[in-house]
Amino acid sequence: MTRYIIRRLLQSILVVFGVSVLVFVILFQTGDPAILMASPDATREEVDQLRHDLGFDRPIYVQYFEFASKAVRGDFGTSLRQGQPVFKLIRERMPATLKLALTAFVLSVVISIPVGIISATKRNSIWDNLVMGLALLGQSLPVFFLGVVLIFVFAGKLKWLPSYGQGDGSMVSTIKHLILPSITLATFSLARSARLVRSSLLEVLGLDFVRTARSKGLTESAVTYRHALKNALIPVITIFGLEFGTLLGGAVITETVFSWPGIGRMIILAIQQRDFPVVVGAVTVVAVIFVFLNLIVDLLYGVIDPRVRYG
Amino acid sequence: MDQTATGAEQTLAAEAQRSTKRKTPRIVRSLLQNKLALFGVVMLFLIVVAAVGAPVLAPHNPRAGVLIDSKKPPVWAANGSSEYLLGTDALGRDVLSRVLYGARISLIVGIVAVVIAGVIGIALGLISGFYGGKVDDIIMRFADIQLAVPFILLAIAILAVLGQGLDKIILTLGISGWVTYGRVVRGQVISWREKDFVEAARAIGARNGSIMFKHILPNTFASIIVIASFAVASTILAEASLSFLGLGVPPDVPTWGGMVAAGRDYIITGQWWIYTFPGIAIMLTVLSINVVGDWLRDFLDPRLRL
Repeated sequence: MTRYIIRRLLQSILVVFGVSVLVFVILFQTGDPAILMASPDATREEVDQLRHDLGFDRPIYVQYFEFASKAVRGDFGTSLRQGQPVFKLIRERMPATLKLALTAFVLSVVISIPVGIISATKRNSIWDNLVMGLALLGQSLPVFFLGVVLIFVFAGKLKWLPSYGQGDGSMVSTIKHLILPSITLATFSLARSARLVRSSLLEVLGLDFVRTARSKGLTESAVTYRHALKNALIPVITIFGLEFGTLLGGAVITETVFSWPGIGRMIILAIQQRDFPVVVGAVTVVAVIFVFLNLIVDLLYGVIDPRVRYG
Repeated sequence: MDQTATGAEQTLAAEAQRSTKRKTPRIVRSLLQNKLALFGVVMLFLIVVAAVGAPVLAPHNPRAGVLIDSKKPPVWAANGSSEYLLGTDALGRDVLSRVLYGARISLIVGIVAVVIAGVIGIALGLISGFYGGKVDDIIMRFADIQLAVPFILLAIAILAVLGQGLDKIILTLGISGWVTYGRVVRGQVISWREKDFVEAARAIGARNGSIMFKHILPNTFASIIVIASFAVASTILAEASLSFLGLGVPPDVPTWGGMVAAGRDYIITGQWWIYTFPGIAIMLTVLSINVVGDWLRDFLDPRLRL
């Protein structure tokens, strides 16, 4: 077990290293970063000066090594537009994104599991067809369009809920501001998870050990909840782990629609302002969180499913 | 039939029997039985017609508007005009014409990017699964790295540097989408390469390339078709999202995502038609592809998990 954890940890570090190289190469080595970062009417000399000041005229590996050795200490350089350390900006914006992603995650888990179970146990009933139809729709709805429609209905027409920002910080205001964005963000993964729970449970319900349990004379609910469900939820947990990362990524769009002051909106603004250190830092941090979550899910796997052997 | 006949032989025999009767092909019958999938196929046909026929079908120039006619509601609303069936946007451009032309961008991006992703993914998956060892390790580590960055974030990062343009968005989505193919093809190659027919091919002196492409690859087609169908849907969604964020094609090119983005300014003022019709167009397209994908999976490869 310890050996497995160490090996997975080393693997994760390798992946994070790869991500940092990937992001670094994409953002700093394709095209001429000095020209991208300079103001459009800069002269040739000014661009050359900027290139030298930012160190882009040195060999790639030197630049990467400097970037990486600073990054592990939480130093992603300074924002070109705001003049503040990138890490500080990320830390300021992170809570808003986590708040949104976590709320959406909880919504998705809490709704999709019971819905999927009921759908599977009442297979082909009206309820099943209705819910799976809605789930299919939810998977086909673009996040931004759903957000716009929700704003139109609940903020524009009914005037029940605010359409942008995260409020004045009080509990009531925060909750009110969270409702529309978190529903918007949760819908896709909620729909996907509900379908997965259903199909996973249906698959398990057709297995031999379930037939054995039934033939022992157990009630249908005992068969479903005590025997089948545990096994059916194993693939679901993997997906949920990945889902949280997807939510962090999806937050980019949701945050843009609702002017939510999180990391996603920061990345989009930084791209528009060609503030590349901010983009590199934010993308790297999100990727690190994502890799870390995957690691936790993998380790949890063994706890939930005793068949998993750590070799 | 001999009682010891294997499942495969039985299927073959049944297949042969069917084909001698010259009935409608199995795939057509399966489609006719599945109402939802049939709806999807019909919708997709209409969407393709809209995309291909846009220059003929569109009543107005999608890029040029008449400013005096700006923000006209659809024909059935008060003040609507039969000149503009689905209304006009803030610049007086015909929403219907832009939605029709938008289908072109969505379909071109969806299909071409998926082909690029498929070619890269299938090639790397074949190599990875067939040769194993170090090559496999390197390719799969690379897949892990790419999966560690949320898809949309990776696309945003690449587009941030490349800038706007149809070719750039296709390339970006093509490059970022290969991992699913790579992993599934690799897994299947590993299970197929130990089979007797591969051994037989090797015994009569077939080369690696011929074994990979002639003997193993055709067996992975069912999964590839299913993955590709879902990938077209998710690629169209991704393109729409990137266009919505203003990272896709230039704003005067009509895209569904871009149209919804432009309509955002008019949510509270009530010009709902500017963003609703392109939004519905995306939804219907993606929904149709998804139901067709579901049916294809049930038909071709029921155990494939995506």
